[in-house]
Amino acid sequence: MTKIESTFFDIGYMDRLSTQETPIHRLDPRAKLLTTLIFIVVVVSFDKHEISGLVPFFVYPVVMIALGNLPLVYLLKKILLVAPFAFLIGIFNPLLDRELLIHLGPVGISGGWISFASIMIRFTLTVGATLILIASTGFNAVCMALEKIGGPRVFAIQLLFLYRYLFVLVDEAFRLVRARSLRSFGGRGMGIKAFGSLVGHLLLRTLDRAQRIHLAMLSRGFDGKIRLMRPSKMQIADICFILGWSTLFVLMRLYNIPQFIGKLVAGLVQ
Amino acid sequence: MSHHIIEVNNLQYTYPDGTRALRGVSFRIVHGASVAIVGANGAGKSTLLLHLNGYLNPTDGSVRIGDLPVTKKTLKYVRRTVGMVFQDPDDQLFMPTVYDDVAFGPLNLGLGPEDVDTRVMNALSIVAASHLKNRPPYKLSGGEKRSVSIASVLSMSPDILVMDEPTSDLDPKTRRELIELLKTFEHTKIIATHDLDMVLDLCERTIILHKGQITADGPTVEIFQNEALLAESRLEQPLRMQSCPVCCRST
Amino acid sequence: MHMADALISPAVGGTMWAATAGLIGYCSKKVKEELDDRKIPLMGVLGAFIFAAQMINFTIPGTGSSGHLGGGMILTILLGPYAAFLTMASVLTIQALFFADGGLLALGCNIFNLGFFPCFIAYPFIYKKIVGNQPTRRKILIGATLAAVVGLQMGAFGVVLETVFSGISELPFGTFVLLMQPIHLAIGIVEGLVTAAVVVFVWRARPEILEKAAVSAPLGELSIKNILVGLLVVTVITGGALSWFASTYPDGLEWSMFHTAGTEELEEPEKGLHTSLAEIQEKTAFLPDYGFREAETEVAVEGEAWPAIDSGTTVSGLIGGVLTLAMVALLGFALKKRDKTA
Repeated sequence: MTKIESTFFDIGYMDRLSTQETPIHRLDPRAKLLTTLIFIVVVVSFDKHEISGLVPFFVYPVVMIALGNLPLVYLLKKILLVAPFAFLIGIFNPLLDRELLIHLGPVGISGGWISFASIMIRFTLTVGATLILIASTGFNAVCMALEKIGGPRVFAIQLLFLYRYLFVLVDEAFRLVRARSLRSFGGRGMGIKAFGSLVGHLLLRTLDRAQRIHLAMLSRGFDGKIRLMRPSKMQIADICFILGWSTLFVLMRLYNIPQFIGKLVAGLVQ
Repeated sequence: MSHHIIEVNNLQYTYPDGTRALRGVSFRIVHGASVAIVGANGAGKSTLLLHLNGYLNPTDGSVRIGDLPVTKKTLKYVRRTVGMVFQDPDDQLFMPTVYDDVAFGPLNLGLGPEDVDTRVMNALSIVAASHLKNRPPYKLSGGEKRSVSIASVLSMSPDILVMDEPTSDLDPKTRRELIELLKTFEHTKIIATHDLDMVLDLCERTIILHKGQITADGPTVEIFQNEALLAESRLEQPLRMQSCPVCCRST
Repeated sequence: MHMADALISPAVGGTMWAATAGLIGYCSKKVKEELDDRKIPLMGVLGAFIFAAQMINFTIPGTGSSGHLGGGMILTILLGPYAAFLTMASVLTIQALFFADGGLLALGCNIFNLGFFPCFIAYPFIYKKIVGNQPTRRKILIGATLAAVVGLQMGAFGVVLETVFSGISELPFGTFVLLMQPIHLAIGIVEGLVTAAVVVFVWRARPEILEKAAVSAPLGELSIKNILVGLLVVTVITGGALSWFASTYPDGLEWSMFHTAGTEELEEPEKGLHTSLAEIQEKTAFLPDYGFREAETEVAVEGEAWPAIDSGTTVSGLIGGVLTLAMVALLGFALKKRDKTA
């Protein structure tokens, strides 16, 4: 069951990345959360045939990866891993939209291919930004940020609990699956019936655990309200981070920089 | 300081499915005592512990903590006085970081941020875990988890510590360190366990539970010498008290 | 199936975010009102359970390929709709953040598609009606399967609508529907069978769990109406606010409406902000969208006649793009280097 194992290590690895000490990691989680959201909205607001205008946006992930000391290759691999869905839907564009739009000498490129390329670029940018947010901030901090910018508390707490017990439950599931596969002697998949009782079993254990956790909470004075002590300090650096990037994003949305550079170069050549 | 007497009187408990887990248990524990509760699997140890902080309500009989009976009204007081350390630290450590977890109890007591911080750092330093404070619980070793679980209870400054199998799943060295740590505590301690060697080290008094009843209650050393009694309760002498097969062969 | 950021427009993403955020807020309030503090750890741990269970594969009968659990129905059966919706939302959030399943902007769509339909439609109107308060193996089997099928059909249809309204993908509505619905019929049946297998196991082992869940999760018809009304209000408001956005940017709702309605967009009016943008760009942008809009809908001859697309501009766009990328990469290296020496 390599999938469970790899997921396990994956989450753990992302978590470890988020505990680094870099200028990016030190920023307030809210600043990074807001900036990521603004980035994504600006990126997807481009027209579907846009390519050159999207290119400058790579500056954000690149700077974050460099300053945040994040592993580029690992993040790229993760992006590739989830690419199939966007690819599958996007690949219809070249088939359906065959109008030739660009002529590069003798070669004509159809609108479909352009919008397909645009989809893949957007996909890389938005997914990259999300992964960078987690790797530079950590999931728990993102949850607290969510709560601080006005998300419902019950939901934030729920996310924290889920994340806490993810590790325990994935480990438990892994042990169950291993125990089964060791006794199934190369029998490949698992039928629905076996799956039902294996997962049902895991579910019963989960319910028992929930009860024990509740008991542990009660023993320490839990009264239905979770209190968290997190001093919140948005500093000037955080505000500059949000404003700086947002301004840049908007400018990059308004002005097509590659086009400008291209013209400049072309002018020089002539 | 009051006496912190724990008084259990003819305690009976029947689970909703009809299992009679406790059939009339009575004992009294005074301030500062350290008492082991031992017994086979299913003897009723966990059920008994759950009555001590009012999680279960007796079917019959009563439990008193200090000067007050355990009832719905006194739950708050009882839970502040009795600190429970559960068997599986993963159940006990549910917050995102060690710090948050140790702060959970004090925050529920309604203390201010500074008081909470003092208590958390204090509790962590007692169990020598201050350096772990920003770690998430799932990144701790078994021993560290156990220490933090204990800190999460100490931060509420309870008078009585109730522990369920504190040494289970620990490697020998970690187990030894834990025992040494527990020796330094001046709290009234109640420890439910199968680890009779630890009992020899920590508890001057032992209560044996068997099928929901007390079959023995007295000084640990005396009880552990009574092999017939232990066998009857599906227990065995601590290894340290058994004649060592390796050494005996040479004599 | 997860929606992806790359395929949705901000208008659609934003509307669905608003709808989902509203629902999360409403469910949070409801869960708080239930005053059942057991649910706080229970929801969290069950979320983790669903997450773990989704990683265990089973063999789909008769095909040899493998599938995994969705989990929306199991959560609703155990927790009731409100808590289940929150739990499902949190599972999807973690998947979006860690595994980039979908993405942040599409998260609203995904939570809605995979959470709302099973929790608030399939469970109360199908599963609950069939299984009632006296479950039997047969009733659970039929109820879970039907509910899962209906929930997934609605979810898949949601994906179709969201994609088509966004207009990023060229897939026409009809084709997409014909593609998505049958696939999800199959997935739904499997999901239902698996859900039933798990629920039956739990019900046999510990019947009281299901009974308790059924009692503690009241869902009056009034509250469902409240949700729907609230949802409608949120949608109308955000839709209204965003349609301004959508109309100033060409890829939004308005255009999509035309598109799905089958209306040829022959002459799209020049739009205020967009025109000024175009002026700023001196009509030399690499791929100015309105140009392509025309090219799409008008015959090729006219497209050729359009003056902005000459190979000169295209080449300059390409060069500029490559240069920009190179500069960005250089910046990255420089920062990295400085970081290491510092």
